[in-house]
Amino acid sequence: MDIVAQIAEHLELGDDERVHDLTRQAIDAGVPPVEILNRGLIGGMNVVGEKFRVREIFLPDVLLAAKAMYAGMDLVKPLLLKENIPTQGTVVIGSVRGDLHDIGKNLVGIMLKGAGFEVVDLGADVHAERFVDAAVAERASIIGMSALLTTTMTVMKDVVDLVTARGLRSSIKIMVGGAPVSADFAREIGADAYAYDAASAVDRARALMG
Amino acid sequence: MRERVVFSIGEAMPPRADVLDRMGMASPAAVSPRTGALVEAAVDDFERLAEPTGLVDDVSAGEFAAIYAGEGLNAHATPLEQIYPRADSLALFVATLGERVSARITELFAADEMARGFVLDAIASVAADLLTDRLAGRYRERVSGEGTAVLGYSPGYCGWHISAQRRLFERLSPDEIGISLNASYLMQPLKSVSGVLVAGAGAMHRFRPEFSFCGECTERQCLPRMRSVR
Repeated sequence: MDIVAQIAEHLELGDDERVHDLTRQAIDAGVPPVEILNRGLIGGMNVVGEKFRVREIFLPDVLLAAKAMYAGMDLVKPLLLKENIPTQGTVVIGSVRGDLHDIGKNLVGIMLKGAGFEVVDLGADVHAERFVDAAVAERASIIGMSALLTTTMTVMKDVVDLVTARGLRSSIKIMVGGAPVSADFAREIGADAYAYDAASAVDRARALMG
Repeated sequence: MRERVVFSIGEAMPPRADVLDRMGMASPAAVSPRTGALVEAAVDDFERLAEPTGLVDDVSAGEFAAIYAGEGLNAHATPLEQIYPRADSLALFVATLGERVSARITELFAADEMARGFVLDAIASVAADLLTDRLAGRYRERVSGEGTAVLGYSPGYCGWHISAQRRLFERLSPDEIGISLNASYLMQPLKSVSGVLVAGAGAMHRFRPEFSFCGECTERQCLPRMRSVR
């Protein structure tokens, strides 16, 4: 098994120390950073995401794998920047105003990072203006919003309306999710995508990026 | 009657099965050794850091009507507005696990210890709900008549708008147990619960989940709650 495949394998096992060591060895051996990223780190996380989707593993396992991915990414990212390798895109995420539930949103962020996206996490209780201002400042392609309460999910429409009012609708896509949110609701408020869970958020984000 | 309740850690510690269920793991058989170790570490964190405290204060139906109305943002019709006028008695409540647990969860995520943070969050979330049940149990013992059932209802759920927190907090003044409200009506510390305890006949708590917001709800926690007071 080549070293990049080993990185992917140990990432799936959530062995962050081994992933760090193997990534260092791969870099020293001259393996292109983009290959380490795509086949080793993102490749490993894709397998983890699929196993999670079919309930072969559970969220704590996904999070251990994510930690292992970060251990490799910390070494690879400076090299990618040096070589001007583009990321998958930037996503601004947060839980909407009035909602402090942020675990689901955190998971989305972790999975998006695992898929190679740049993620700007605004935290919880985020006002509409802050979502839009951050998306503009970070040149984000996607705003991802989470809500866990039926009484706060309506705030998502404020963000959609604000993006529209500022004439940004063609450059910023909007993705929503959270326990009470549905595909119908997403369509109703004019969002571009609805993600059922963290794994599907990655698929939706990729689709939005074309 | 206003009562401050200091819970023991044992009273606040949720059953493992409930924590696993919260994490989407329906059966203990699904727990890998790694996840088992994470749960044990998170339990240690919880036992070390949780400071479970609650506050209960009786409220009349008339006084509660104003608290319920809040900022006038409730759904057109809600289960609670049908239930509370028929109650034998009502009490406002808040409970918290204290700041240290929430701070630890944030710290773990910031340090990329997401799995341990996630498990501790799951324990704390279930524990916070458990505090509501504990307060309901104590309240039931105090006001109990034959067949009395007590359930807690919270702003932010089932059409009761979260903005009702403002009047609830003005009336209850829970700063004495370290809970405050921010401009978005959210509680600090994060792992806190609030609402009204409604005591009365079990049948009083039952309703058809056919309100305007029920279609959007995927939690359906009302169903086991209603079953629990049969």
